[in-house]
Amino acid sequence: MNYFQLFNLPAKFDLDLTELGSRYLKLQKQFHPDQHSSGSERDKLLAVQQTANINDAYHSLKQPLMRAEHLLALRGLKISHEQRSFTDPVFLMQQMELREQLAEIEQSGDPDAVIDTIERQLQQQKKHLLQQLATALDSETAEQDQLAADLIRKLKFFFKLQQELELIEQQLQD
Amino acid sequence: MLLQIAEPGQSAAPHQHKLAAGIDLGTTNSLVATVRSGEAKTLVNSQGRDMLPSVVRYTADSVVVGDAAMASAVNDAENTIVSVKRLMGKGYNETLALKDKVPYQLIDQQGLVAINTVQGVKNPVEVSAEILATLANTASETLGGELNGVVITVPAYFDDAQRQATKDAAKLAGLNVMRLLNEPTAAALAYGLDSGQEGVIAVYDLGGGTFDISILRLRRGVFEVLATGGDSALGGDDFDHAIVGYLQQCTGEAELSHQAMRQYLTTARSIKEQLTDSDTVNFSLPVAGRQFNGTLSKTEFEQLVAPLVKKTIRACRQVLRDAGLTSAEIVKVVMVGGSTRVPLVRTEVATFFATEPLTSIDPDKVVAIGAAIQANVLVGNKADGDTLLLDVIPLSLGLETMGGLTEKIIPRNTVIPVARAQEFTTFKDGQTAMALHVVQGERELVEDCRSLARFELRGIPPLPAGGAHIRVTFQVDADGLLSVTAQEKSTGVQANIQVKPSYGLSDDQVATMLKGSMQYARQDMQLRLLREQQVEAERVLEAVSQALKADAALLSAQELTNINQALTTLAEVKQGDDTAAIKAAIEHTNTLTDDFAARRMDQSIRSALTGHNVDEV
Repeated sequence: MNYFQLFNLPAKFDLDLTELGSRYLKLQKQFHPDQHSSGSERDKLLAVQQTANINDAYHSLKQPLMRAEHLLALRGLKISHEQRSFTDPVFLMQQMELREQLAEIEQSGDPDAVIDTIERQLQQQKKHLLQQLATALDSETAEQDQLAADLIRKLKFFFKLQQELELIEQQLQD
Repeated sequence: MLLQIAEPGQSAAPHQHKLAAGIDLGTTNSLVATVRSGEAKTLVNSQGRDMLPSVVRYTADSVVVGDAAMASAVNDAENTIVSVKRLMGKGYNETLALKDKVPYQLIDQQGLVAINTVQGVKNPVEVSAEILATLANTASETLGGELNGVVITVPAYFDDAQRQATKDAAKLAGLNVMRLLNEPTAAALAYGLDSGQEGVIAVYDLGGGTFDISILRLRRGVFEVLATGGDSALGGDDFDHAIVGYLQQCTGEAELSHQAMRQYLTTARSIKEQLTDSDTVNFSLPVAGRQFNGTLSKTEFEQLVAPLVKKTIRACRQVLRDAGLTSAEIVKVVMVGGSTRVPLVRTEVATFFATEPLTSIDPDKVVAIGAAIQANVLVGNKADGDTLLLDVIPLSLGLETMGGLTEKIIPRNTVIPVARAQEFTTFKDGQTAMALHVVQGERELVEDCRSLARFELRGIPPLPAGGAHIRVTFQVDADGLLSVTAQEKSTGVQANIQVKPSYGLSDDQVATMLKGSMQYARQDMQLRLLREQQVEAERVLEAVSQALKADAALLSAQELTNINQALTTLAEVKQGDDTAAIKAAIEHTNTLTDDFAARRMDQSIRSALTGHNVDEV
């Protein structure tokens, strides 16, 4: 299913999220099961399926990583779920360093400051990679698509680190 | 399969007023409400009461519900079921803690909890159905007709099994449930917070025996439950007991007989209620043949209950932390439950959230009123295209994987309805069956989550190991209820799914209960089934006719002829009394209109997004 088509939006990475949101609500108003609660059984089932699709599509397009993955899938490139090993030594080093920093938060004298520093680094890296991803996806060549797939895999690492950081922060608060 | 498409702001059949009610099925009390002349109000029964105690008494040959049942709670405790809501969708093992607290006998019915009564074994679904039927009866009598549909409220934290049990109870009571609605969402609706309000709101619900705090986010018409918390063993009853303790100190009676306890509790309740508006209350209690006269001041009362109120505030703090919010981010606080009338509760809540809580709607009725408002919209009485209530799934759904770990399929707070597919492969040559275990909860380990159901996929075509790819689709509907389908991908073979709900009734069990219930014994079961198919036939006829009126242009001449023929047949068969023939005619019509429905849906998506009329596209 082409999610961009569903919302009648151009299949581009650079997406107007406000427009997406308002189109989402328009479709929900049309198809939500609540609008069909006195319909026939088949109508109700259809409404549930249709809104499930709409929800899924919205959910996928809203987040940049999932949006990028969907875009690549539409171009015939599926990103496998298994972790492909990276050959980029700089990236690997950086990941290891960040992991070490995460592990040392609790022992540090000022955990909040360390969290802030790591947070800033993560944000910066993510922003940087997302910009590269946008450029790669815009060129629409097979080669650039491969690069985009690589960037998505890298970004996933950063999102995972971000999650772990939030978890550590929560544990510290408790 | 024809989706009836109504433009926002108009219902499909605008002139026909339908009867709908909202039901607050509570632990202690239940209420029914409806919208009349544009105003949502609770309905009173023949005794002039709108609050129905959620109590059911079974005698050898009758069932009594409400006040009359409560009157026998002391002398026939083992046959008088109170607080049945606590048992809904629960396994026997999960209710062991309640065993000593309830005066009736809990038994193990194939893993599920049930109650032994003088009328035989009754399960919580049957007991709740009696309460629902009583409320529906009140509504039908007041409104002068059968209800077309109801909205029933459930706590936000209710899992799939508890929701399913509630829905089964409604089915057993012969009710058409249009929607299960979360209680805090209903309370917010009652205050009209769905229109205009943006931001995070808290719903503070202090009932007789339970305390719930929910944090909801309202954003562009989406109601999102961010976090829920509370204490299932803290409520207004504890306030009463605190006063009873004080009274005992005054009178010097350390040990109270059952009867004296009831008298003390009645006095305590009356004192509590009077202290809402006055500063001191005089009371009088018999002690050893003479009357003891005393007073209790508001200040003394507040000292007595302050620790209890503090406990609720601690729960509020906890739930805010869960939601990752501070109290300053809460823009509105809605008060629910009779105990929120206590002034100390209001001031403490106001202080904690730094905002004056909303109390203008009777806190005992606010949930039922919200449900009634939603019921009125859903039944099609309100021409209001702006009402859109998007709910989320309260707890994550997952599958058991190797080593007793859970793999999340649908994370909590995902907007529903939602469908997610997962692929599985066979690990043995010629494997034709596969078992799946679905759980609900946030924890890593399966044993820490709630078991929902075990599914057995059968009829997988025999292929070499890893050759069969089975796509299992988990679908959660607008009520938060799960259904599962499976298909083998290479052959397209639909695998059979055998659902074994861990803590619920199977469809067959519900059907058997339906046949066996008093409700249906009085009516002819066959007649009921016939009537159901006739109503469904009417819906299909109306939907297709409307669709043809709007979009016949999407059909070829041949298709149009076929569909019209099917409609004529359906209309004819509907007049008769052959249930199977009606059903077949409905299915035939549905099959013939499948493509038509798909075309209309595409067109409708396009027109919704371009904002033009269909003719202009």
